[in-house]
Amino acid sequence: MQILRVAMPEQEATVRATNFREVNLGLTYQLAMLEAERCLECPKPYCVDGCPVRVNIPRFIRLLRDGDLPAAAESLLDDNALPCVTGRVCPQESQCEGVCLRGKTGKSVAIGSLERFVADWAQAHPEGVPARHATSNGRHVAIVGSGPAGLTAAGELAKKGYDVTIFEAFHAPGGVLIYGIPEFRLPKDIVQAEVDRLVEAGVRIEANAIIGKTFTLPELRERFDAIFVAVGAGLPVFMNVPGENFKGVYSANEYLTRVNLMGAWQDASDTPVLHGQRVVVVGGGNVAMDAVRTSKRLGASVATIAYRRGREELPARAEEVHHAEQEGVEFELLTAPLEVVGDDERWVTALRCQRMELGEPDASGRRRPQPIPGSEFDIPCDMVVVAIGTRSNPLLTASAPELHVNEWGYITTDEFGMTSMPGVFAGGDIVRGAATVILAMGDGKRAAASIDSYLRGEWPPTPPEAPAAPAHAERTDGPARVATPA
Amino acid sequence: MHPILRNERLSPNVTRLVLRAPRIAQIRQPGQFVIVHLGRGAERIPLTIADADAAAGTISLVIQAIGKSTTDLVELQPGDEIADVAGPLGRPTELPDHGHAVCVGGGVGTAVILPIAQALKRRGVAVTSIIGGRSREWVILEPELAACGTVIACTDDGSYGRPGFVTEALTDVLHGGPVDEVFAVGPVPMMRAVADLTRQAQVKTTVSLNPVMVDGTGMCGGCRVTVDGETRYACVDGPEFDGHSVDFRELSDRLSTYRPFERAALERRACEVGLRTRPKGDAPEAPPPIPEPVGTGARS
Repeated sequence: MQILRVAMPEQEATVRATNFREVNLGLTYQLAMLEAERCLECPKPYCVDGCPVRVNIPRFIRLLRDGDLPAAAESLLDDNALPCVTGRVCPQESQCEGVCLRGKTGKSVAIGSLERFVADWAQAHPEGVPARHATSNGRHVAIVGSGPAGLTAAGELAKKGYDVTIFEAFHAPGGVLIYGIPEFRLPKDIVQAEVDRLVEAGVRIEANAIIGKTFTLPELRERFDAIFVAVGAGLPVFMNVPGENFKGVYSANEYLTRVNLMGAWQDASDTPVLHGQRVVVVGGGNVAMDAVRTSKRLGASVATIAYRRGREELPARAEEVHHAEQEGVEFELLTAPLEVVGDDERWVTALRCQRMELGEPDASGRRRPQPIPGSEFDIPCDMVVVAIGTRSNPLLTASAPELHVNEWGYITTDEFGMTSMPGVFAGGDIVRGAATVILAMGDGKRAAASIDSYLRGEWPPTPPEAPAAPAHAERTDGPARVATPA
Repeated sequence: MHPILRNERLSPNVTRLVLRAPRIAQIRQPGQFVIVHLGRGAERIPLTIADADAAAGTISLVIQAIGKSTTDLVELQPGDEIADVAGPLGRPTELPDHGHAVCVGGGVGTAVILPIAQALKRRGVAVTSIIGGRSREWVILEPELAACGTVIACTDDGSYGRPGFVTEALTDVLHGGPVDEVFAVGPVPMMRAVADLTRQAQVKTTVSLNPVMVDGTGMCGGCRVTVDGETRYACVDGPEFDGHSVDFRELSDRLSTYRPFERAALERRACEVGLRTRPKGDAPEAPPPIPEPVGTGARS
């Protein structure tokens, strides 16, 4: 009998659009066991090749199907330091599930849902998979940034016995997992539990330490045997249109940080955030979807995505677009902003836009949007969120002139992730430009392996860890990229 | 954790806190600030480092209680702690090494002027400080600035020092002899008035801006200001800019974004404090008066 792919249970759209509780509810044990049956256990599993951190997917699914949850959890955690996170935010449709053999003739195995099920079980049953304290090897590694790349590297290095200290600029660890991705997609308790797990394994976290300000990179280099720089992309890109500094115009970074890190969605928070009634979010990536869905939950009666390309080109995960539509978000596609219109007190009253049409493919292979003359129109609104990408933050790189960066300010590395400074490695968005959580985690895992080789005197390592180095050659559309950090 | 070592009232709503922050005390430079986060649920507040003692491992923050969060801060007493202090942030002041500089401070902005005046004196620059307040009790840090050079204290009501605004005193100083550079920090209207004066006199003028800020590292873009027609981030490109190029109208507008929130939060706080401290049956204490919108964000 053919078993159909199980559907992820979720909160009903009209209900969830008014609360911050998680949208996806997770599989039940019965659903998970049913779905696990669908794995074909391919001898040459494409799914593993499709995973940036090379999770041994058939193995954990087989252990799950056998009913051995502790073994499944251990297997998963061995490969992936943050499975509760990736099970929720990975774009599985273009990775593991995209190459699943089942997908050739029907629907792929719901690998992401199974990963989340096993990972959530592990988090709820810490006694089932106790944190392992490796014997210290006496070598000290500093990690700059506690986002997905930094946390992954920390986990890998701690397992190998390194003494790891993470430096975080904010007062709380987690990076984009805490300040960027909203509660309804990734509950903060879950991120905290993943961080706690690392701390239990011996990782130290030093908050409020801004490398480039509190300490320079060269100062850190003197104190540590190796460094992994994973500070994220950083600065928001604005539209560069008139009226952009009117009151009511936020960068997605600011809006999401106020709501997520500072907790402005809760009454108990002292941090204010505007509760727009008519909100326009400019951009089409995961960050734009996060912002528009957040505004809906904060009471917007109309929340609109304005994106300059078409539906096919939306860079957000399919599930995020689908969820946004279900929640009543409106889409103005092939629409580009021209000007923010404001009143006498310079509060936003509308976003003036023009319609676009798609022309020839540009250097990135996507069809280039071109304005249609005379198509200008206003979207009335009291709040605009700009989610069109980020550029590199020079705070750290400026403190280390010997650290090589490319023309957009992103750190350049060799195929093993080492920068121009010996013993200093880098990964995640500060190398790639805005990318995804899982690609950053892949970089963290690779950097940990490289650091281990480097400190054991086996340099250069042979052969390199499997995940391919970020291909700078693919970056052809400059620094202002559509933000999709999840 | 950063223990408070001293709490000292400087004026009716300005308080100096001395707290432990050894690393910041060791490396901070004039013009730099920290972000302070009292604890869970609190705001992140940018505050200029008014002074530091590297040997003792302490920094001084001068705070004007204008909102709920700043009121929470100024009530901290020795023995209390601040959970998070991040910094030093921002670019250090670009200091001349000779000539005559005039430092103009209005209200709590005087605390931003102090480390600049101290550094100028160390470099051998002649310093004239012009500081102002509504009346006698609002003039702050006069003895500290007197140690750096001449001080002209001004009060709006004439109850102390020279009657009138700091701009009037500055006009006289500009006419009185050569001035190579002016540093001005205070409410937005004051900085704008100073910049207008010195533009005519063609004297280089540096102002320190205090826009709304969240992370202080360039990430949020909330602190964007227009300088010479370009958008700049006060946290990483500033907080000091050429006063003749700043769009003060925009700064003033953006600073008013959360004014209704601030008012409501302060009133809520007053009620809560009243409920906590009043014996049963007493009428709750009236909320403290809302200070004049002086155009300052939290940063002193």
